[in-house]
Amino acid sequence: MTDLTELGVAQIRDGVAGGDFTAVELAEAFNANVAAAQEALNAFIIATPEKAVEAAAATDAKRARGEALGKMGGVPIGMKDLFATFDVQTTAASHMLEGFKPQYESTVSQKLWDAGAGMLGKLNLDQFAMGSSNETSYFGNVISPWKRSDGGNAALAPGGSSGGSSAALAARLCPAATGTDTGGSIRQPAAFTGTTGIKPTYGRCSRWGVVAFASSLDQAGPMARSVQDCAIMLEAMAGFDAKDSTSLDLPVPNWEAALSGDMKGKKVGIPKEYRVDGLDDDVAKSWDDGIAWLKDAGAEIVEISLPHTKYALPTYYIIAPAEASSNLARYDGVRYGLRDLPDGANLQDMYAATRAAGFGPEVKRRILIGTYVLSAGFYDAYYTQAQKVRALIAQDFAQAFEQCDVILAPTAPSAAFGLGENVDDPLKMYLNDVFAVPASLAGLPAMSVPAGLNREGLPLGLQVIGKAFDEQGVLNAGLALEQRAQFAAKPEKWW
Amino acid sequence: MSVDTATVAKIASLARIKVSEAEIEAMVPELNGILAWVEQLGEVDTSQVEPMTAVIPNTLRLRDDVIDADPLTGGDKRDAVLANAPAAEHGFFGVPKVIE
Amino acid sequence: MTESTYRIQGATGDWEVVIGLEVHAQVTSNSKLFSSSATAFGAEPNSQVSLIDAAMPGMLPVPNRECIRQAVRTGMAIEAQINKWSRFDRKNYFYADLPQGYQISQLYHPLVGEGSLTIEADEKAGIPADKVIGIERIHVEQDAGKLMHDQHPTMSYVDLNRSGVALMEIVSRPDMTSPAEAGAYVAKLRQILRYVGSCDGNMDQGSMRCDVNVSVRKPGEPFGTRTETKNVNSVRFVMQTIEHEASRQVDVLESGGKIVQETRLFDPTTGSTRSMRSKEDAHDYRYFPDPDLLPLELDDAFLEECRASLPELPDAKRARYVGELGLSAYNAAVLTADVETFAWFEALLAETASAQDKAPADVAKQAANWLISEFFGALNKLGKSLEDSPISHEQAAELLALVGKGTISGSIAKQVLETMFETGDNAGAIVEREGLKQESDTGAIEAKVDEILAANADKVAQYKDGKVALFGFFVGQTMKAMAGKGNPQVVNEILKAKLG
Repeated sequence: MTDLTELGVAQIRDGVAGGDFTAVELAEAFNANVAAAQEALNAFIIATPEKAVEAAAATDAKRARGEALGKMGGVPIGMKDLFATFDVQTTAASHMLEGFKPQYESTVSQKLWDAGAGMLGKLNLDQFAMGSSNETSYFGNVISPWKRSDGGNAALAPGGSSGGSSAALAARLCPAATGTDTGGSIRQPAAFTGTTGIKPTYGRCSRWGVVAFASSLDQAGPMARSVQDCAIMLEAMAGFDAKDSTSLDLPVPNWEAALSGDMKGKKVGIPKEYRVDGLDDDVAKSWDDGIAWLKDAGAEIVEISLPHTKYALPTYYIIAPAEASSNLARYDGVRYGLRDLPDGANLQDMYAATRAAGFGPEVKRRILIGTYVLSAGFYDAYYTQAQKVRALIAQDFAQAFEQCDVILAPTAPSAAFGLGENVDDPLKMYLNDVFAVPASLAGLPAMSVPAGLNREGLPLGLQVIGKAFDEQGVLNAGLALEQRAQFAAKPEKWW
Repeated sequence: MSVDTATVAKIASLARIKVSEAEIEAMVPELNGILAWVEQLGEVDTSQVEPMTAVIPNTLRLRDDVIDADPLTGGDKRDAVLANAPAAEHGFFGVPKVIE
Repeated sequence: MTESTYRIQGATGDWEVVIGLEVHAQVTSNSKLFSSSATAFGAEPNSQVSLIDAAMPGMLPVPNRECIRQAVRTGMAIEAQINKWSRFDRKNYFYADLPQGYQISQLYHPLVGEGSLTIEADEKAGIPADKVIGIERIHVEQDAGKLMHDQHPTMSYVDLNRSGVALMEIVSRPDMTSPAEAGAYVAKLRQILRYVGSCDGNMDQGSMRCDVNVSVRKPGEPFGTRTETKNVNSVRFVMQTIEHEASRQVDVLESGGKIVQETRLFDPTTGSTRSMRSKEDAHDYRYFPDPDLLPLELDDAFLEECRASLPELPDAKRARYVGELGLSAYNAAVLTADVETFAWFEALLAETASAQDKAPADVAKQAANWLISEFFGALNKLGKSLEDSPISHEQAAELLALVGKGTISGSIAKQVLETMFETGDNAGAIVEREGLKQESDTGAIEAKVDEILAANADKVAQYKDGKVALFGFFVGQTMKAMAGKGNPQVVNEILKAKLG
């Protein structure tokens, strides 16, 4: 019998519907993997095996009654612990929210449950989604299941901030997981772990009930092990939500049905500014492979220019901290979460003590940067200027898309790095998102698909960026890459 | 522009994060490194550019004035609102006494 | 324009006072500005709080159309510029009544721009002439929650029922120069808001609160440093705040001190202001556009509906009462002072006109005089207001019609009104039951007149000798003999004829 935990979303959906196996036996198989890997990988903050089984049993019962199963019928998933889940601890990987049990369910998670998915647990992440290695979680590092092929045993980063999601996927702890992407937090972890993830157009997935990091950038998306699985799950997650003022009031296309790896008549843009000095050889080679694959799929390759690319990261590191400094002001120890009340403390002392104890160093760093750039006398020089440059970056993309349909680029400048390697140098850590951040600033759909392994045996990802609302174009180019990359590598089980 | 210990202390106070002097000392070079790096934006000529207001073209919808139109956005749920409070007292949130 | 001559007499000479007001007016709406929880006053603590109002993680704001509409209508009522493109900004600060850690407000692009209102001359109050007060802007923002300090020895209690209720902040120019002008401005603004229906103006429930900015200067000198006294909640308190704060500032300056720009609190029990310790922190609100919200763009149809739904406003109504209805300026001012008053008057007027089959302008004076001198007086005696009047305007119109048609006299009408208040019965029924109908039959009156003249032959002689003041005596005697029911006009005419 096949190992059920090797199956992806489409296979599970079809297998449950076809009676090849029950949703409950499948959920139990994943529950077992989750439990077995927890100590070694720390991918979950909490596991909820009973929730997975409960949803699976409901799906099996529906099938027994002959009712239609949802898009995600019988599929157990991991839920990034940034999504509020009713009465289930939701922490954003912060001490600040330890023990917090929301009395509400995020729109996206509710849609997934409505589509028949079940919850295996709440996935670890960088604290408040701030990080690129999952080393800022209060609940400990997530360890990538991947190891370098040099025989060494260095613990590697699963990427971040959706590091629990990417590690769990690569280790077959779940067939799919939710992610959120503010400046690359779906794509970079997918690239680091040989998995697939898409950040849709800003506004496709409701932000209601998702712990906010940077409101104008945050966007939820699916992570899985194939383009088709991402398409299916995105259909279940996306859709207009009247509770989110920035939600797009558009119908959700049937992305899965329209999937096609045929790129004939399509133009693929290669941004020259992404070919930076000192680009990692293996990354450069995988990019060239990707170009060849898309050509092979029938696409025409054109060179394009995104002249303000080098300003994307600094722009991001003004706007995201500025928004975060305000979004995180609500964590004050009054209504929920941690309260640190030293003897004799007044209200303002309580705030300062609570926030000192509740936030980790990276979160504090970003709050302070954000507070500074918004403060009197600096606002225009930093924040207004950043919003202007952001407009120029968006304009670069708009002009590029007059010449091409999608853009192909590396997802990250390197393969996974070792835990601890970049932790003392924030700037070096930030540079991980150099290729991911521009699409975030422009709100564009972008995905990462595995391209192959580097010389150390670690996965590399290729990024497809599309026009606003054109998730289909992104998924199709992703599929064309996937069909040719034939990526079948998986981490050898050591946990 | 660069920050000194006094500025970092002031920002931390504005952000209501208690920091020790040692932490401030450590933060000064760190924040200055980041600020110096983001300041390269100053070299971009933006004199003809409007700041971005909406990342994807979209218009602000206005909702109808209906009480508790959606249980998720309405009131009448005191228990849910107070469920996670560190100090819920007689239907209120309790905080250290404030002198106005 | 004649300027106010209000001055503080200091030891070093006269000081002028400069006043600007920021009025926070609660927008009349069923639900809050960014959530659908209710806004009603006086509910159980935290019972009208949504997850959004409590700033739970991941909660998002969606604006209420009605709140925007009411603010736009208010802007139109003060003839202000309406900005079709505006934005919400976050004002960041930490306080226990502010769950988000920021207030959603509008700094950079307010909904309503420059407008004005006119306060009327009031010699007695020291306002020598009508004066236009500039209004800089109106913006829409969230109210904060409420802290209670007296329920627990070491804790304050937070009630978030008000958190997220929509407010209009109406910011005046520093155009006022006396407590009387500021008082008149607040009263006029309140009147306009109540006409428009955008705010109920209940100052004692906190629906309207004023932040009072006061500075003093020697005439001709530039503005002095101002202080801001927060949350003053009555017209009288606004005036007291200014009086106290202006003399305090003069005292400080004349004794060589400096005015500190600060936030102060008014204490109604002492009529004085004091520095607010809790707001002493350096203000750096780090305003920036709220990234959870898009720019607010209004289309022409929306603005057109706002304009079309505006009622006749106080100034126009007053002018019409004088010009078209022929009322005195005083009566017009009294009757337009408040929404309930003019609504009552206009209903009474319409019914009185139709009951007497006359044009409204022909019965307006009668209705206005009666309403102000008789009806309000009678209500006052009972300690009642218009809203809880024991009789309806239909009933009042019937009474007026009886007078208008000569069925009863004005003095009998007073008596009837009293009975109406006591019993709630209709005027016609009372007149019928108590036999109060006025006697207009000349024959009957002539017979009584003859009796009176015969019985007072001596006085008739004196009258004819030139003591004409006795005419009133004969009228009185006749009316008395007729138990007050003689038509006074007919009595007069007959007496005149008989006495030659």
